[in-house]
Amino acid sequence: MVSDTGPTTDNSVAELPPEDVMIDVRDLTHYYGPNPAVENVNFTVRRGEVLGFLGPNGAGKTTTMRILTGFMPPTRGSVTLDGYDVVEKSLEVRKRVGYLPESVPLHTEMTVTNYLKYMGTLRRMNGRQIRRRTDDVIDVCRLGDYHKTLIGKLSKGFRQRVGIAQAILHEPEVLVLDEPTIGIDPIQVVETRSLIQDLGREQTVVLSSHILPEVSMICERVLIIHEGHIVAADTPNNLAQHLRGVEQLEVEIGGPPAEVLPVLRSIEGATEVTHHPRPGINAYRVKFREGLDLRDEISRTVISRDWSLLSMQVNSMSLEEIFLRLTAADTDDEDFA
Amino acid sequence: MRTIRAVAFKEIQIYFSSPVAYIVALIFMALSGFFFVRDLGNPFPEASLSNFFQGATFLLIPLAPALTMRLLAEEQKLGTIELLLTSPVRDWEVIIGKYISSLVFLLFLLALTSYYVILLLVFATPDPGPIYSGYIGLVLYGMAALSVGILTSTLTSNQIIAAVVGTGILVVLYATAFISEVVTGVWANVFTQLGFTSHFNDFDSGIIDSAHIVYFLTVTALFLFLSIRALESRRWR
Repeated sequence: MVSDTGPTTDNSVAELPPEDVMIDVRDLTHYYGPNPAVENVNFTVRRGEVLGFLGPNGAGKTTTMRILTGFMPPTRGSVTLDGYDVVEKSLEVRKRVGYLPESVPLHTEMTVTNYLKYMGTLRRMNGRQIRRRTDDVIDVCRLGDYHKTLIGKLSKGFRQRVGIAQAILHEPEVLVLDEPTIGIDPIQVVETRSLIQDLGREQTVVLSSHILPEVSMICERVLIIHEGHIVAADTPNNLAQHLRGVEQLEVEIGGPPAEVLPVLRSIEGATEVTHHPRPGINAYRVKFREGLDLRDEISRTVISRDWSLLSMQVNSMSLEEIFLRLTAADTDDEDFA
Repeated sequence: MRTIRAVAFKEIQIYFSSPVAYIVALIFMALSGFFFVRDLGNPFPEASLSNFFQGATFLLIPLAPALTMRLLAEEQKLGTIELLLTSPVRDWEVIIGKYISSLVFLLFLLALTSYYVILLLVFATPDPGPIYSGYIGLVLYGMAALSVGILTSTLTSNQIIAAVVGTGILVVLYATAFISEVVTGVWANVFTQLGFTSHFNDFDSGIIDSAHIVYFLTVTALFLFLSIRALESRRWR
């Protein structure tokens, strides 16, 4: 699942019936000048799936998205969307895609409504569809108070909403969102995420981000992309589990350490127990075999001995840690497999 | 068709709400007015628009690229081209839509100059023939000049570069008449035929020659074709 060099493949949805495949990317390579921005990337996106691209800046996320949306053709490899090749049948692809580029480029000299009507016509919608959908998306993106405002006068957060509004205007089958929550304030970030989650119920969504909790929150599946290669592909949970290997609990127990330690060690399944005293608190780290859950057992034991259980938490690796481990050049390899 | 209209309509709206277009209009009217009245102070002035037409062809050299410079360069600068080109719109529809908007603004400019015609009709009895043919020639000339501006605007995201290079190309097309004066033989003829000036002068004299019409339409078609190609090629860059 993880490789540092050479062709990288996402095998997590390898065997899908063709009618379930919305986006199919084969050996995608794109060069800017002599340097590859993405190289031999393979992945598939299931119909209705919410897929997240995760990677640092310059990893190749935007390049991949620009190719998916038909903005530019790949140097090598093939990309099909709903069965249409993005180069050969670019127009068909573009009809089916709603796109929000990272910089949210909008015509600042137009009002929100006029801009949406303009984009609607470009998407070849008829007059009635445009009127209906313009009202709809202004509603969905909560732009009601600003529909007659010039886009140039809107704040970054509202521009972002206009950007999403134009992307969903024509009810595209695939929504491609490049860094949809970058540069907006925390409340708007939360709103935008829930909006994307709502949209993801009906549409196929591909989004990119370098904020890891965001991707794990919104996406069903994550592709971690680094220096133009896919370094990992799985659900956020599996990804965390896979890399964790050994389960680990952090427990704080009020009781004499000399008694607590042997008791914890005697619990069935615990492989290693260490004591980490902090001022006023006795913390213990309990490692145990994969697939077990010792929380129940530990809490019972502690209480039956009349000690107090102050806190207990599963110490799973966050996506942030996974990401660092996958992409840090000097990490030791045996941790991966 | 609807997408062409949408692109054109949007640009026309921006023309009529932006200061640049009005500044261009102001300069055009002020200077063309100067050309119009230049010879009227003579003892026996001619009731014709010939001076205006000659002056207008000169003025359009910097003004046509100034009108078109924004059309594609700005979309590339702001990145809005990314949404335009990922919409189901063909490249030629984008170019034609943008071109039509600039043409509409040019026709608006020329409509303003009907003021000079009214002045002539009130104070004299001009020969209507050369006025009709002159305007036809000026529109054709303007169409070709705008298409050059569209090409340079497609090639860069910098509006100033688009305007300067466009003006440069138009200067060359205007100046071939002078080159033909210093070379001899076949080349003199080639340079005469190549440039705008010789093809425009017949219109100014009241002659509508289909060869000249074909010339201007061909130049227009050529530069628009190159623009479409340039827009397509930017996907590959």
